Amino acid sequence: MEKFETLSAIVVPLDRHNVDTDAIIPKQFLKSIHRSGFGPNLFDEWRYLDRGEPGMDNSSRPLNPDFVLNQPRYKGAGILLARENFGCGSSREHAVWALLDAGFRVVIAPSFADIFHNNCFKNGVLPISIDTGIVDDLFRAVEETPGYRLSVDLERQIIEKPDGELTRFDIDGFHRQCLLEGLDDIGMTLKHREAIRRYEERRRKDAPWLFNKID
Amino acid sequence: MVGKTLYDKLWDAHVVRVDNDGTALLYIDRHLVHEVTSPQAFEGLRLASRKPWRPHAILAVPDHNVPTVSRSEGIDDPISRLQVETLGSNCTEFGITEFSMGDPRQGIVHVIGPEQGATLPGMTVVCGDSHTSTHGAFGALAFGIGTSEVEHVLATQCLIQKKSGNLQIRVEGKAGPGVSAKDIALAIIGHIGTAGGTGYAIEFAGSAIRSLSMEGRMTLCNMAIEAGARAGMIAVDEVTLDYLAGRPYAPKGDEWLKAASVWADLKSDDDARFDKVVSLDATDISPQVTWGTSPEMVVSVDSRIPDPENEPDPVKREGMKRALVYMALEPGTPITEIRPDRVFIGSCTNARIEDLREAAQIAQGRKLNESIKQAIVVPGSGLVKRQAEDEGLDKIFLDAGFEWREPGCSMCLAMNADRLEPGERCASTSNRNFEGRQGQGGRTHLVSPATAAAAAVAGHFVDVNEF
Ligand code: SF4
Repeated sequence: MEKFETLSAIVVPLDRHNVDTDAIIPKQFLKSIHRSGFGPNLFDEWRYLDRGEPGMDNSSRPLNPDFVLNQPRYKGAGILLARENFGCGSSREHAVWALLDAGFRVVIAPSFADIFHNNCFKNGVLPISIDTGIVDDLFRAVEETPGYRLSVDLERQIIEKPDGELTRFDIDGFHRQCLLEGLDDIGMTLKHREAIRRYEERRRKDAPWLFNKID
Repeated sequence: MVGKTLYDKLWDAHVVRVDNDGTALLYIDRHLVHEVTSPQAFEGLRLASRKPWRPHAILAVPDHNVPTVSRSEGIDDPISRLQVETLGSNCTEFGITEFSMGDPRQGIVHVIGPEQGATLPGMTVVCGDSHTSTHGAFGALAFGIGTSEVEHVLATQCLIQKKSGNLQIRVEGKAGPGVSAKDIALAIIGHIGTAGGTGYAIEFAGSAIRSLSMEGRMTLCNMAIEAGARAGMIAVDEVTLDYLAGRPYAPKGDEWLKAASVWADLKSDDDARFDKVVSLDATDISPQVTWGTSPEMVVSVDSRIPDPENEPDPVKREGMKRALVYMALEPGTPITEIRPDRVFIGSCTNARIEDLREAAQIAQGRKLNESIKQAIVVPGSGLVKRQAEDEGLDKIFLDAGFEWREPGCSMCLAMNADRLEPGERCASTSNRNFEGRQGQGGRTHLVSPATAAAAAVAGHFVDVNEF
């Protein structure tokens, strides 16, 4: 996983609450057996006017000019600003892969759905939950100011606005470390191999049926 | 000492180790796998030259992409076919048991786990699928995970987790006639909202919950994720044991007796403390129908579509307006004037035998309304299908004009050929009414199996008690 330390990028505002993972990446693209290539189909049903299918040449599809990601002023955005309960619905990690593939490393929202939130940290994407009031202000500022950028510093847990104003955000210590160091958490868990084996031995005595084979 | 909640007990029993900040390594007893969220996890294992820690703790099944029409021709769509074949080859390579498409036990992962006794009380159960919460109905800690976590469980049999809060939802009293577990689930989500359970593990309790069958309890726990909670659960009782006894992977003989005595403790202690308690009165709940594009946009079948102008929160108000445009509905319209084009009875929420019986009871001796383009019944598993056929339910449905299909996820998410066309309206027993969920531009109304069948017959939504 790629490390995350700092990012300065254009912000794109997605002014809807309860944005679900079906909207982030519709199901037909879940048929892929790969981890990459989802970027062009991020928000597919909102982004294009036709029906998207895997294998289409996305560059020749009709774009929905009203959808915020298609507006030239947000071209090259790396930070997605969203409303509460972002990423609700299905567990599909493809939603995070699509965001990442489309160039987003940070999502800022008042709240996130649990599974999506977890999936972000496995892929080097930083979900920042901050106060609704601050999010409201950001929406206003982004809409008023073409080319609006934010700088995010994970080490210091700070968002810096263009005028230099700093906003602190909270993040779980373990998640922060994973992102800063780009950790492989399977490797980390396997360091506790012996502890897992000991747990299994103990459990096997108390509840042997848990170890009956599925075959 | 204060008592423990059911969730506390399940959590504590599975902690392998814990860090100072509360991050725990949690042991996973049962891993369920399907074709959509696993290929990248197996690929990750291969790239790192790793092997599954306990291949025999895993049960795999293709369900999302499989056709529900005759399978003798295989899968038409080459991309779907590749994904289903990839599951098969991964399972063979890593020594994992798979119920493949031709297996009579194949079905939706959340239907077959319990049906086979692969889901047991006291277990941690995970699957790369948000509706894994279903299995919590057995007094298990069951939750959905992403693909990276699927790989993590494959490689280590553990997950790195932080404990959630404890939320108890109590539903007391006796639900009225025609009110099913689905209606209770929708009423709860309407009450607390789709983010109401975020950050919590929900325990459903109260007399209305106790009186539900296992099928009903699974329906309810299935929808915990629609209330924002990764896990929903219900304490073990006689109903749980009666359901599990004799299932293929359930313990047998002396081991069963020992297990049953251990499971008796899988309930919250009387003095357990919850971070939050929500109470509902079952007698207030009537059959429910969603009108919008989120499961919280739900009302009783006998009421009208709400007016966004009465919603004080501006963000919510905008959401409601957008939903009404998408759904092509006007505020104030009675729900009973909404006319579906198609009817879908199926999904991991409502495709078990009891659900099919409820729908069949309504369909019996009646005919589809001529305005209904299509009504399909998709059993949750091959075994549910066979049982239904033994009971003659297939015949009831076919006589009424419904289609009787092979098991799978089908029109719940429309990854296979079963889908809505743009603008079509569907009465669906599934769990999500998001934009495009059942096909791009499709409009979904979530309902119980009985309500879906009643809509198929009447041509519009109707209170099942009028039948
Ligand atoms: S039936 Fe629907 S919700 Fe259930 S596992 Fe399949 S796609 Fe997911």
